[in-house]
Amino acid sequence: MYKNEYNTVLVGVAFSPNLQANVFEALRMSALFNASLVMVHVGEKKDSKEAMLQKIIADFPGSTPEYTVLWKAGHPVEVLLRACEDEKADILILGALKREGLLKYYIGSVARKLTRKCHCDVLLLIKPSVERMPCSYAVVNGLAHEKTEKAIARAFYVLDSLGATRLTIVEEIPEDDVAIKVDDDRGLRKSTIVKERIKMREDSRVKKILMHIPEKLKHTINYDVQHIFGRRGYSIGHFARVKRADLLIMNAPSKLTLLDRLFPHDLEYILSDLPTDVLIVR
Amino acid sequence: MMVKSPFFSGLRSNIFAGFVVSLIALPLALGLAVASGFPMVAGVITAVVGGVLVSVFGGSHVTITGPGYGLVVVLLSAVAVLGDGDMQAGYLYALSAVILSGVLLLLFGFLRFGALSDFFPASAIQGMLSAIGVTLLLKQFYVMLGDMKTKGTVIELLTGVPELLKSLLLASSGQLYAVSIGVISLMIMFFYSKITNRFFRLIPAPMWVILVALGFDVYFSLVGVENPINKKLLVSLPNDMLTSVPVPDFSKWKEPVFWGIVLSVTLVSSVESLLSIKAVDKLDPEKRRSNINKDMRALGIATIVSGFLGGMNVGTVISRSSVNVNNQATNRSSNFFHAVFLLLFVIVFQEQLGKIPFTSLAAILVYTGYKLAAPAIFVRMYQIGKEQLFIFLTTLIATLLTDLISGILIGVLATFVVHVVLNKAFWLFSRNLLKPNVLMYKESETQSYYVGVIHFCTFLNFYKLKVKLDMIPQTEKVVVDFSLCSFVDHTVQESLNNYEELFVRKGGVVEIIGLDVHQADSSHPFAVRTLRPMQKFRVFGRGKTRRQLQLEALAKQKGWSYQPSPKTKERLLRDHLGYETTSVERVYNKLSSANNEVSLFDIKYSEGVFIAKESVHTTLMCVCLKTPAPVFSFDREMLLEKLSLLAGFHDIDFPDYPTFSDEFFVRGNDPEKVRAFFTSELISFFSAYGFYHIMCNGKELIVRQFLRPATPAEAAAIIEFGLDLKKKIDG
Repeated sequence: MYKNEYNTVLVGVAFSPNLQANVFEALRMSALFNASLVMVHVGEKKDSKEAMLQKIIADFPGSTPEYTVLWKAGHPVEVLLRACEDEKADILILGALKREGLLKYYIGSVARKLTRKCHCDVLLLIKPSVERMPCSYAVVNGLAHEKTEKAIARAFYVLDSLGATRLTIVEEIPEDDVAIKVDDDRGLRKSTIVKERIKMREDSRVKKILMHIPEKLKHTINYDVQHIFGRRGYSIGHFARVKRADLLIMNAPSKLTLLDRLFPHDLEYILSDLPTDVLIVR
Repeated sequence: MMVKSPFFSGLRSNIFAGFVVSLIALPLALGLAVASGFPMVAGVITAVVGGVLVSVFGGSHVTITGPGYGLVVVLLSAVAVLGDGDMQAGYLYALSAVILSGVLLLLFGFLRFGALSDFFPASAIQGMLSAIGVTLLLKQFYVMLGDMKTKGTVIELLTGVPELLKSLLLASSGQLYAVSIGVISLMIMFFYSKITNRFFRLIPAPMWVILVALGFDVYFSLVGVENPINKKLLVSLPNDMLTSVPVPDFSKWKEPVFWGIVLSVTLVSSVESLLSIKAVDKLDPEKRRSNINKDMRALGIATIVSGFLGGMNVGTVISRSSVNVNNQATNRSSNFFHAVFLLLFVIVFQEQLGKIPFTSLAAILVYTGYKLAAPAIFVRMYQIGKEQLFIFLTTLIATLLTDLISGILIGVLATFVVHVVLNKAFWLFSRNLLKPNVLMYKESETQSYYVGVIHFCTFLNFYKLKVKLDMIPQTEKVVVDFSLCSFVDHTVQESLNNYEELFVRKGGVVEIIGLDVHQADSSHPFAVRTLRPMQKFRVFGRGKTRRQLQLEALAKQKGWSYQPSPKTKERLLRDHLGYETTSVERVYNKLSSANNEVSLFDIKYSEGVFIAKESVHTTLMCVCLKTPAPVFSFDREMLLEKLSLLAGFHDIDFPDYPTFSDEFFVRGNDPEKVRAFFTSELISFFSAYGFYHIMCNGKELIVRQFLRPATPAEAAAIIEFGLDLKKKIDG
């Protein structure tokens, strides 16, 4: 058996038209993870608001998990960050915004800051909905990174909790690794050979990671491995979009500096144009 | 025992090819040099140096190098502008510009700028080439009619034509003889392709022009009369032409005009060469891929050497290269031999070459200029689309009125403006220009390469797609998916068409999907295609894509009907299992059998209103069954697991077929009926075609392979599968 990895789910609630959907998603997730839910509202506590929230929670069709509601004033980013630490939250749920008139989702500045600074996992939902939309297929990154092992293990756990059945581990191999420029047929042959070699090396690496995953999980979840030679962080988002994945699971980048923001890479591509729901594993 | 290397076994045919090419190269080299304001021998120097050096250092296989057409216009204005009227001084200045452009070319080669020509819109390049053609045509027209001192802009030249014709009436007989030879030469050039006589066609047209001129001279010497052609109109070769080397004059290097000329020379020469190399690769019988960057370096080296020896820019030339291929050249040695023969000709026939009038050389170039700006090109541009004609004309006129660099830049700008106007959205480009937009991976199910493009794909970012396509072995199968891409321009489609041809030649396939819903304004298959999100359903009348044409052919072959236009109301999916929550946006490209029992169609649907997903775009086959069947679903990857939401659906095990149960997921609401339905025959059939996903609502079967539209070949396979399945079930 594996232990329960998510014990506390934290969600920020704002009294917007999306309130019901957000709350329902948070309640649903907490129930699926068998975790307790902390709802944080940034602002003054008002009776009318509390009554509204209670009514929504009462309307929730499934079994309501254990929950608490916190009312705190201050700057949203700081309040939520502090709440994450104080409540020892394991996962923070955030909603994304939809670009006007277009089927494009991105996250607002508050959510973006939280994603960068938060010390727990972050789940970005592209469109929270009142009714349940089942998650059945997820994509997780398998790139050579110290945190990848954790991300893959977490992916299996989350998928199992959500009742999903299919997982693709995507290995993004930067094209620079191939280091051969294809000018003519000879260059192409060489680069194809080098790619095969890299593929085999990466395969054995992922296999090693998979050895640590409990057999039971590997049995219930159908998984495969896909290699993509392309821009890191970008290709996986595009892949998840093409494959119509319900959830994309990514490592958090090691450290973000100012340079990383000026020259977007890894996570930034995905944050600016969310292909689907994204879970960022710390 | 001696090992026979392909180099020596192919030597004979390469020597022969080199000989034939030199027959064409000689008149062209002379004519192009004169037209550029260079001494006549410069053209020969260029071709000889190019032939020798590029055949040693080059990266292409069957190309021929030498002076190019495009350069004539640039070099002539360089000589005129830099020399300020003094042709000799201008020539020495122009040589320094040639040398520096050689250095730039060499640099471009090292910096891997081989993709340079891909950054220019195809229509703008065509406009630039046509502008060169118009200039060449007009200037040489004057020379052909015996007027050697042509100067001025294209407009001045054009308005001067009546004057020129009038002056012919007063011309001396010496001039008239020359003019008549010129006109006869022009007729030869134009009608050569119409004449089918085998012996006549043994000699290439430009050589005929030379032979006519020489024959004229021989006739008069036989009769014993002096050649009546005005001496000024006869080609003159210096006696010491192979020993005296001009010294390039670099003293203009401080002037910006000089650098402008260097840049235009480099631009024209590299674009012309790159386009030629690409075109010749398609002709190569051994289907090799040229190393463009290596070839560029070789061209750079050759240009530098040629400049120091008094020659012009060395470029790759398409017409001479195609003659080379047609004469069974197999490697670069034919380029070397063409240079050797050229040199031999000039040394041996030095005296005879002096009998050729300028007018006949000009006739060759008038014809070349006409080919570059032929009315057929205008018509073709119009057929691709009005906006392409607009870009083409803008570039053409801008180039004629200003200069090459400004002209092509205006063309690029015009293209971009047209794209913004077509999309009515600047943000599409501004927001996504620098983002990566291409995904490539190998599909594990089909082992074919999937290349997906999002946002937009135009000349601005085609290189991103090109890099990926270049990395795929051309023996493989590639699917290029544009369904997430809002805008695809003409340049990209033309380049993709090149890739399709290259892949087909090597046994691979490039198939383009996801373009059928895009809107086109003309019926040309390469017309720009935009996806306008707010648009109502489009009725496809004109502008079928290649995929649609192939689907149509497939329908015809099966004797089915084909309906490309979308239909909104599609009954079948509404009440179909698994698609209950879907709202169908459109069904199009529908192929259906005569009795309407079997059909295949593309469909776009979204999975229910409350679900945030973007809509699915795929190809489905629908089979009506006569025999009643249970309600079930079948697939391997549980892509249809959303069905589990529906009450009463179980995963059904087949105890008698454990491997089948393990590998596939069969679900239904009545396990007993489903088990009875799956006979052993059906189970083995399904196992063999496990990559299809099948749903059955009791009366109809829906078959699907991918979550993307199927390529025509895949569609044909699905149809075969569906028909087989129907036969198995209905008997």
